[in-house]
Amino acid sequence: MTVHTPRDEQDASIVIREAADKGTLLNIAGNGTKAAMGRPNQTDASISSTAMSGITLYEPAELVISARAGTPVLEVMRVLAAKGQELPFEPMDYRSLLGTRGDPTIGAVAAMNISGPRRIMAGAARDSLIGVRFVNGRGEVVKSGGRVMKNVTGLDLVKLMAGSWGTLGFLTEVTFKVLPKQERMATLVIRGLDDNQAIEALSMALGSPFDVTGAAHIPDRDRRGGSTLIRLEGFRVSVDYRMNEMKRLMKRFRFMDILEGVGAEALWQSVRDATILTDQGNRAIWRVSTVPAKGPDLAAHVAQALDAQWFYDWGGGLVWISTPLDGDAGASILREATRTHGGHATLVRAPAEVRSTLDVFEPQSDAVMTLSRGIKASLDPAGILNPGRMYAGI
Amino acid sequence: MTIAFPKPDEAVLARRKEIVEGLGRLVAPEALIVSEDERRAFETDGLTSYRQMPLAVVLPSTTEEVSAIMRFCHANGVKVVPRGAGTSLCGGAIPQEDAIVLGVAKMNRVIDVSFENRTARVQSGITNLGISQAVAYEGFFYAPDPSSQLACTIAGNIAMNSGGAHCLKYGVTTNNLMGVTLVLLDGTVVEIGGEHLDAAGYDILGLVCGSEGQLGVVTEAVVRILRAAEGARPALFGFERVEDAGACVAAIIGAGIIPVALEYMDKPAIQICEAFAHAGYPLDVEAMLIVEVEGSDQEIDDMLRRIVAIAEPFRPKTMKVSQSEAESAAIWKGRKSAFGATGRVADYICMDGTIPTGQLPYVLNRIDEIVKSYGLGVANVFHAGDGNLHPLVMFNTNVPGEMEKAEKAGEDILKLCVEVGGCLTGEHGVGIEKRDLMTHQFNATDLEQQMRVRGVFDPGWLLNPAKVFPLEGRFAA
Repeated sequence: MTVHTPRDEQDASIVIREAADKGTLLNIAGNGTKAAMGRPNQTDASISSTAMSGITLYEPAELVISARAGTPVLEVMRVLAAKGQELPFEPMDYRSLLGTRGDPTIGAVAAMNISGPRRIMAGAARDSLIGVRFVNGRGEVVKSGGRVMKNVTGLDLVKLMAGSWGTLGFLTEVTFKVLPKQERMATLVIRGLDDNQAIEALSMALGSPFDVTGAAHIPDRDRRGGSTLIRLEGFRVSVDYRMNEMKRLMKRFRFMDILEGVGAEALWQSVRDATILTDQGNRAIWRVSTVPAKGPDLAAHVAQALDAQWFYDWGGGLVWISTPLDGDAGASILREATRTHGGHATLVRAPAEVRSTLDVFEPQSDAVMTLSRGIKASLDPAGILNPGRMYAGI
Repeated sequence: MTIAFPKPDEAVLARRKEIVEGLGRLVAPEALIVSEDERRAFETDGLTSYRQMPLAVVLPSTTEEVSAIMRFCHANGVKVVPRGAGTSLCGGAIPQEDAIVLGVAKMNRVIDVSFENRTARVQSGITNLGISQAVAYEGFFYAPDPSSQLACTIAGNIAMNSGGAHCLKYGVTTNNLMGVTLVLLDGTVVEIGGEHLDAAGYDILGLVCGSEGQLGVVTEAVVRILRAAEGARPALFGFERVEDAGACVAAIIGAGIIPVALEYMDKPAIQICEAFAHAGYPLDVEAMLIVEVEGSDQEIDDMLRRIVAIAEPFRPKTMKVSQSEAESAAIWKGRKSAFGATGRVADYICMDGTIPTGQLPYVLNRIDEIVKSYGLGVANVFHAGDGNLHPLVMFNTNVPGEMEKAEKAGEDILKLCVEVGGCLTGEHGVGIEKRDLMTHQFNATDLEQQMRVRGVFDPGWLLNPAKVFPLEGRFAA
């Protein structure tokens, strides 16, 4: 299969225009570290952003960074860290979960709206994404947003591009709002809570004035207890104060300790990357966004029917669930769970033959699908950009 | 008066009686406003220099009524101008003679609040402040706080993706919106998002937010509510040079501090606001910053100590930390009444461009030169942390030609914002006011792509059609 690696957006525009003329279906890629996600689709050629790399603008005092789409995420993080800053939304690294190698690109972070534990406080990738340049399915170079964080000029195509999985355009440059990296991070760990108690504790923490930046619960194997994590970040004095208050708020729980330093960072990384689930070998992995207080009930619902393992992030609002691959890999049970509890489930990991036989993303209402098809046609009338990667027909 | 409206459709005007009768079958009699006197209340919004009398005004009470009205207008080719409280500063809610106004102000109930999930579901006609008031008993609030928050509706906030003084920390509307019930032009009711994070599929919620009433009418919204900080305290810093104030802002952010608000006022603005609010603003400085931090007393003390140390090298002439609730309230009263207070001394138009903050001193000097070249005055208040400017170009309506001059000066200022890497509007929206300047920020391809997306929702240009996109170069999608 031909792999196009345009060097700039003009190059990309030529490739895509020609593909549109000929009806060549294009796979949209960076370094391919997440190629095993989404619906498997049939394409004739691939267009990759890997030859379009480098930071094009970084103004620490303005809290803004722009990079070409193929720039490695780690490079962006390194450059930010050198000035004491970071991507606020703490993007997940899917490589461990998917067992892939190579450099994930910043373009994919935007295209897949990839966030992590801090999403509850700082918003998702789409909330920090303030500008994009992309080539649409006509081969036209389009820009939306810009480099300033407050901008309501015209329709917000930036949001539309975020999370569209390359089906609406080939991103060439992305601009993010960034934030200072916090001086200190401390995590209150409560042990021995069951799922319901844990989510109640996390709700209490998140409803406190103490700016929680991470709220996760990892059930023990026997499901009778687990580790409930409440993360605070900020200046030293402030974290000290808030941690004391948080302990007071949680005083009815007996087993508490405070985790800091490398161990705490590793723990949050395993929450962020969902590696807590990966030791389970050949199983399907689902990512479910739901109403936080309904998280435990949703998990219990799934566990009743399936041999499931799970943990919670986002105060219960994000449930990572692993299920056996047999049959439909748990799809019908998961879909029933989101229907009754609210939210949506994505099949993050499963072999291609499984992903090709079922809905990887949550099925949408007819009205939303009609709009989605219209939006797809308005950006990619020939239907050549990553066709079918999210839903059949878009 | 330089902004044109499209020529009204004579055929629609001729069918007015029939259209009014049709609408009358869909809503209760008191929800349909037909008489000229009563329609007059809807002929303008916050951009009061422009007026257009609508064909009729409907004020539905339910999503079903909105759906029926939209279906009727769609079937009959009648244009619809959605309206919240009519506080738009860019003319986003100004009607057209051949359009009906669809106002959501009667739909103002809180439907459901969940403190454990930190969400509120409300009807879209509720005021911005109304949401905060409804959840205040548990210490929660709704974060985006436009200056008009007492009056403006969440429907209007969603249409404009409104900001406010505290969005440096809390983000703007789009960052605090989790779901909407959206009525499409053909009457279809669509649920997007909900009480969970990040809708599946395309981010239609993000597209709708800030779409200025061109894609549909939002009848319900799910918003994120937050527990308020334990306390907040502002401090004032006065500088002798604009450059010092600008450099101080950069230094605060460079030190890793994100204050909850970081507001800038120039000398004319300080004087106008002080005369109105008696906030204790320093009158002998060229520029003033209001820096507000949040948290417990000890956190606030620590943060303000850091900020004072950062500010000192820039030789502030005044440094004053608020000592009481009353003093804090006065400091904010001065800032939040900047538009009203300016209105007492002059007519003005308020610009809303955003610039990269590094360009602050250059842009402020240029604004001064531009305004002077038209023989007018300007007061500058703005959100310094995010570069969202609000130059108030002052003029006298009674002097023939002055308003046109002010509009020209405003245009030049917005073009300058785009030139230095910023944008035409940071939080007020495009509306009619900046519609014809869109070609300065976007090229033809950018605008065509936006219009194609718009066309998915409204191919016949019936929804708020006089706004956002220049009248030239439009096409049916």
